[in-house]
Amino acid sequence: MVLALALMGAAVAMVAFYVPEDADQGLSQKIFYFHVPIALTAYACFGWGALKALLYLWRRDPRYDLESYVAIHLGVIFGAMTLVTGMIWAKISWGVWWAWSSNQLVLFLVLFLFYSAYFMLRFSVEDGPMRANLSAVYALFGVVLIPIGFLAIRLANDFIHPTVFTSQGPQMAGSMFATFVVCWAAMLALAAAFYGIELAGKRLDARLRELRELLAP
Amino acid sequence: MNYAGDVAALLRKDLLLELRARETLPAMALFVIAALTVFHFALPAGSSDLAAQGLLWIAILFTALLGLSRAFVSEREQGVLDGLVLAPCDRSAIWLAKTLSVLSFLVIVEAIALPAFGLFFSAVSLRTVAAVALADVGLCTVGTLLAAMAVTSRTRELLLPLLFLPLALPIVVGGVGASVAEDGGRYLGFLAVYDLVFAIISWASFEYVVAE
Amino acid sequence: MIHARGLSRRFGRKRALDRVDLDLPEGGFLLVTGPNGSGKTTLLRLCAGLLVPTGGVLEVGAERGEIGFLGHDPLVYRGLTARENLELYGRLYRVPERRERSGMLLERFGLWEARNERVGSYSRGMLQRLSLCRALLHDPRLLLLDEPFNALDAAGAELLERELAERRATAIVATHDPDRVAHLATARLVLA
Repeated sequence: MVLALALMGAAVAMVAFYVPEDADQGLSQKIFYFHVPIALTAYACFGWGALKALLYLWRRDPRYDLESYVAIHLGVIFGAMTLVTGMIWAKISWGVWWAWSSNQLVLFLVLFLFYSAYFMLRFSVEDGPMRANLSAVYALFGVVLIPIGFLAIRLANDFIHPTVFTSQGPQMAGSMFATFVVCWAAMLALAAAFYGIELAGKRLDARLRELRELLAP
Repeated sequence: MNYAGDVAALLRKDLLLELRARETLPAMALFVIAALTVFHFALPAGSSDLAAQGLLWIAILFTALLGLSRAFVSEREQGVLDGLVLAPCDRSAIWLAKTLSVLSFLVIVEAIALPAFGLFFSAVSLRTVAAVALADVGLCTVGTLLAAMAVTSRTRELLLPLLFLPLALPIVVGGVGASVAEDGGRYLGFLAVYDLVFAIISWASFEYVVAE
Repeated sequence: MIHARGLSRRFGRKRALDRVDLDLPEGGFLLVTGPNGSGKTTLLRLCAGLLVPTGGVLEVGAERGEIGFLGHDPLVYRGLTARENLELYGRLYRVPERRERSGMLLERFGLWEARNERVGSYSRGMLQRLSLCRALLHDPRLLLLDEPFNALDAAGAELLERELAERRATAIVATHDPDRVAHLATARLVLA
C-alpha cells in the first residue's frame, strides 16, 4: 500500500510538473495519463480474475473463487473510472460527453454491462460450489469477450460513423513516455493494494463467520 | 458413436415434447411478426431502408431470447435436469442437443420472419440470409449455456437477458454489418470466428454449469 | 463401498449436514432416519454426486452409470409416455436390450397398461412407480432411495419391499417409515 501511494504521488507530480503540455489540447490532455493506465489496469484485473476462475475450475479450491471475485470487483471499479475519465476527456477534447467512435469507451461500456451482470448472477445464486462454478465460467466468457468485443466495435464503426475523432493519445516523446509508464505502474500498484486489502477483509469475514458457527450450538 | 447417439436421443426428446405441447414455437413466431409490426410504427417517415435492416436483427435477437428462456423450462419445472446430470453421458451432449433444438426452432421461425420482413419492409439479400444463419449458431450456442446458468438462479427470467445481451452484441454487429456494409463478407468472417470461439468455450464449460 | 468422514454440506449459511461419518460395505443396506430437515435428502444427493461436500471427505465406489437414484422429483418428462421416458434413460445409461428391460420393469410395477399414456396424466403413486422403474432400469450397483414409500399405495409398497429384499445392490434408504424395511437393514444412521 505504501508503495502504491508513493508511486501515485510520483505519478501525480510528474503529470503536473514534469510533462510538457500538449500542443493541441493543453492542460486538459493530461487526464490521458490517468485514463489509459486506469483502462489497462481494468483489463489486468479482468484477466487476473479469469486466471483465478480457471484455477478454480481446475482445482476446486474456494479460495480461487474469492480471489476471482475480488479481482473482477476491482476491475469493475476501475472500469467505471475509465468511463468517467474517458467522458471527461471527451468533453474537454471534443466538446461532447459521449463519442461512439471512441472504441475504448464503447468497449468499456459493453464490459461494464457484462461484468455488472456477473454481480447480478452472483447475488441471485446461493453461496456454494454452484455459484463458484457459474461465476468462474462467466469470468472466462468475459475475458474472451474483450478481444472479440473490441474487434466487433472496430468493425461496427465502419458502418456507424466514419472515424472523425481519433481516440489515440498523442505521439509520446521521451518525457511523456516516462510519465505514462510511471502512471501505469502507479495504477497497477494501487489495484494490487486494493486487491490485497479487499481479499484480506473478505477472508477475515469468512473466518469470523466460521468461528461464530463453531461456537454456536 | 455413443456421444452422437446421446445427442440424437436428447434432441429427439426436445422436438417430441415441443411437437406435443406446441407452446414455444407458435409463441416465437407470433412474437416476431408482432415485433416487425411494432417496428413499422417505430420508424418515422423517411427512415432509411438501412434502419429497417438493423431492426430485423433486433427482432431476431429478442425472438432468440424468447426461445432460449424456454429452453430449460421443462427440465427445471419438473426437476428433470437432475436425471440427465446423473446419467453417465457427457454433460456437453446435453448442451449440444439443447442448442440444436433451440436452433431448429429459431430457424423455423425465421423461415416465417424473413419473408414477412421482405413483405413489410424490403427484400432480404442473400448475404443477410447467410449472416442470419451464422448469427443463429452464435446466439444458440452461447444462449443455451447462459439459459442453463439462469435456471439455477433465483431471478431466472430477469437474469437471462442481462447475461445474454452483452455477449450478443458482437453478433448484432456482425449481422447488421453483413446486411448493410459494402464489403459485408468481412462481417460474415467475423461471425464465423465468433461462432467457433464461443461454441468451443460453451461446449467445454457446460459441464460446470449443470453439475457442481 | 461408501466411506464418509466429517462429511458436511452447507447451503449459504444453513448447515444441512454436519460432520457425518459413514462406512457402508458392498451389499450393505443402510437405513437413514431422522426428522424433517435433518439432512437425509442432502446425504443421498451427495452420494449420488448431485452435490459436492463443502467439508469432510466422501468416497463412493460406484460410477455415475452404476447408481440408481430416487429423489423427491420423479425425474421423468410429463410430456412423454412412460415407455418413451424409459427408452430415453435406457439409451443414456447404455442399457443393453432396453426395450425388453423397460417393458419388463413396467410390467413388474403394474404400469404396463398405462405405458403409452403421457406421464402428465399419471397419479402420484404411478409417478413414484415409474420413477422406481427409471432408477432400476440399468441394474445399478448402488441404490439411493429418498422416501421411496411416500406416494405408494399398499400394492406398490409391497412391490418395492420385495424388490429390496431380492436385490443384490448396495442400498441406502431414507425414510420416515423405517419399520417396513428395518428387517433388511444391515446398518442404521440417525440424523438429528
